Amino acid sequence: MEKLRLGTCWLDGCSGCHMSLLDVDEGLVAVLKKADIVFGPLVDAQEWPEGVDVALVEGAVSSQDDLKLAQTIRQRSKVVVALGDCAVTSNVPSMRNGIPTRKLLERVYVEGVDEKPGVPTDGVPPLLKHAVPLHDAIKVDVHVPGCPPKPNAILFALSELLEGRKPDLGSKLRFG
Amino acid sequence: MKKITIHPVSRIEGHAKITIHLDGEGQVTGTQFHVTQIRGFEKFTEGRPYYEMPSITARICGICPVSHLLASVKACDGIMAVRIPPAAAMLRELLHCAQFVQSHALSFFHLSAPDLLLGMDYDPAKRNVAGLLEEHPDALRDGIALRKFGQQVIERLARERVHPSWTVPGGVNAPLDPHAHEKTLAELPAAQAIVRRTIELWKKTLDQFPNEISTFSNFPTLYAGLVGPDGSLRLYDGNLRFVGPEGRMVADQVRPEDYSAHIGEAAMADSYLKAPYYKPTGYPEGIYRVGPLARLNAADRCGTPEADKELEEYRQRFGRIVQSGFHYHYARLIETTYALERMKQLLDDPAILSKKVRATAGVNSPEGVGIIEAPRGVLIHHYKVNDDGAMVWSNLIVATGHNNLAISRGVEQVAKRFVNGRKLEEGALNRVSALVRAYDPCLSCSTHALGMVPVKLSLVGPGGELLDEKATD
Repeated sequence: MEKLRLGTCWLDGCSGCHMSLLDVDEGLVAVLKKADIVFGPLVDAQEWPEGVDVALVEGAVSSQDDLKLAQTIRQRSKVVVALGDCAVTSNVPSMRNGIPTRKLLERVYVEGVDEKPGVPTDGVPPLLKHAVPLHDAIKVDVHVPGCPPKPNAILFALSELLEGRKPDLGSKLRFG
Repeated sequence: MKKITIHPVSRIEGHAKITIHLDGEGQVTGTQFHVTQIRGFEKFTEGRPYYEMPSITARICGICPVSHLLASVKACDGIMAVRIPPAAAMLRELLHCAQFVQSHALSFFHLSAPDLLLGMDYDPAKRNVAGLLEEHPDALRDGIALRKFGQQVIERLARERVHPSWTVPGGVNAPLDPHAHEKTLAELPAAQAIVRRTIELWKKTLDQFPNEISTFSNFPTLYAGLVGPDGSLRLYDGNLRFVGPEGRMVADQVRPEDYSAHIGEAAMADSYLKAPYYKPTGYPEGIYRVGPLARLNAADRCGTPEADKELEEYRQRFGRIVQSGFHYHYARLIETTYALERMKQLLDDPAILSKKVRATAGVNSPEGVGIIEAPRGVLIHHYKVNDDGAMVWSNLIVATGHNNLAISRGVEQVAKRFVNGRKLEEGALNRVSALVRAYDPCLSCSTHALGMVPVKLSLVGPGGELLDEKATD
């Protein structure tokens, strides 16, 4: 059987959802037997490739880089999964939304330093005004909430998707 | 006359990007290491009750949430002005050791072993866990099992593997379950056997990397780490020590609350990651490193028998002060040995089963500082509150931040040795990324301020014009 192409990425989040994915422990070996990981923090691809079957996206959309990557993922992937509370609701990253970005950046890089005060602009992506959930930026097919989602919920969702079914997460879901 | 961009830097914990500048002859003239995420925890937590800080700051990082939880609850202990019960301190340290095991396993096996066991020039499409599964299935299974052991201990103690709420200001919120105690003791020998095999394997393998050893941040810096009163390695609690490139004592037994007399922070125009420096020396000369390599340089000894035996062999081989950043990997394995031995010591002490595990108090001090050794190095949480306990100011200095200057200079050293603009080779670019991986940087941590670190290689001309961009695929 042809292996499916799995991509994972994390936008503005903490990587806890990816850790929960690794917390399937030996389940990882089973996943590797069914799918090739073609993009993500565990592999060396530099660009989100064409023809991805399942995309797991952790984190809120917070910077212009996040937005661009989310749009590329949508164009090049069949099924997009919002993985975890930051992708589903924008969660902790959105705690900054009530504060103008300039004030936030100045607090960190001007008031918060002893030397060379100045907000970085060279080679770093500008922040969006608000950190938003993934479905505000692109169409999302499956939502898996949790901070992080339980490993068994991720493994179940992934197994169903790799079999070509839309997962019915039912009782496996919870926020927080 | 070009610029190469590596974007993202892969197999690291976060988002980084690297720019390499070349002259007309294709020689590397300079590099930039950009961290590209920023979130603003210091700002958006203003006004929140201090006791929310552990749960909020745990979300800085899902890889080492326990580090942030512990630094945060220690800062909160300071605000309450309490001394936590002895069993609570032991349980926090036990939790922390388990985290060291899982985090070091992730770094060595899942992220770096593809370079170290498959090779820097291995097919990039397979230079990952899938390639390990084909070529070194036993090593991958060991890595998964070791990480699982650490995560299961965390789950047993704290109910959840990621972002648990068991550690609280004043201690922990439940005593050690005797069943968890027994089960962890029973599983320890298997975890220790994995680490022993891995160290032996690594001792035999590392000679294959003479060029990497000589160029991976192989330059003199200061080294910082927490030590006990006797100068031995400490992970959960201790005072700061700074040693010089030849082992000279620069500052010793610096109390956590005095950190700001020794550590300054500079903003960088090209990165969301600030650059801490050793304040008495100034910026940027005050470059210092933290993390496994630095901790073993700073400490006199580990303080447990097996780890000390390994440390002695390591020092016989590379010297009392080990300079090459490539040896972060070796140091990480020695520390894993220590963490497992320390877990055994803690579990063997009957005092750890005490039911007295939490002190309660209100706001008794306007300020608190919590410092611990995260797996990647010194982590500092510093809070100020008003009389009602609402946060008015905070400062967070994370492990990867301390290493920012050393990583940036290391990137340049490796690029100058391996990258030739006339003939761009994937393996050369991978070595630049591998240097970054050696530090096991946690870019979600380091960009708590507001961001992430992708790595991207760009070729820039002498006039600053962008000539070429290349990702490491």
